[in-house]
Amino acid sequence: MQATTRRLAKISIIDISGDIDLASSPLLRAILLKELKESKPSRLALNLGAVRYIDSSGIASLIEGLKAARDAKIRYVLFSLNNTVRDVMQLSKLTKVFEIVDNEEQATAE
Amino acid sequence: MNRSKLVLKLSLLSDPKLLCVVRAAVGEMSARVGFSETEVRSIVLAIDEALANVIRHGYKGSVDRPIEVSFSRREIKRGGEIREALQIQIVDRGVPIDPERMVGRKLDDIRPGGLGLHFIRETMDSVVFRHIRGRNYLRLIKSLTPDQPSETAACDLE
Repeated sequence: MQATTRRLAKISIIDISGDIDLASSPLLRAILLKELKESKPSRLALNLGAVRYIDSSGIASLIEGLKAARDAKIRYVLFSLNNTVRDVMQLSKLTKVFEIVDNEEQATAE
Repeated sequence: MNRSKLVLKLSLLSDPKLLCVVRAAVGEMSARVGFSETEVRSIVLAIDEALANVIRHGYKGSVDRPIEVSFSRREIKRGGEIREALQIQIVDRGVPIDPERMVGRKLDDIRPGGLGLHFIRETMDSVVFRHIRGRNYLRLIKSLTPDQPSETAACDLE
């Protein structure tokens, strides 16, 4: 898994690619929590378009990020979900829990 | 009815970094057997989650313990008809499984963890845990739907 962080004004965007599994999910969790804590953005948008695979440990990391964002009153948005990610989200009935939009334009819109 | 034909057996260490290798093998195997693209993704997820559970709970994160994964083709009776199916068996020597505790969490409880078993049960037709003489056995069965003939052109697994 690779994750690159960009900042647009007060919005942080993290582009995530590769496999998010038991081996890599602790790193994703650390990246999310660090960005929320240190940059204190008004919004954190996660680009999942290049994620090839995600398992329950990856979903758990996304949930931990969501909870930390809610605690800090930071908006938390997922975008560009491909079929693989969308399948797992639907299987875990989490599509209503996360704010999910189609693309970066929507994720960063006012 | 209970005859099964072994088609692939993997022996690996309980290292999370090896899961991507197993996923690739499971994906290819499931596609060759004739499952749809969506089913292949589900099967890959289920096997990956089962192995992650072994590593996390059975071996408490140790990266050098043995796991065996075997894939067999068999026939099962479902809805009054005989269907072809893929059987996957995972064997480990970790902490004994208590089948009574092998239940996924409620999905309306939004918290990290506990989703893996839910994924496995949602995907597979049969999920059976056993602990016999120091080993945990997890047997998973997924049947092919009748309109999915087995693919045999590129890599005949018959």
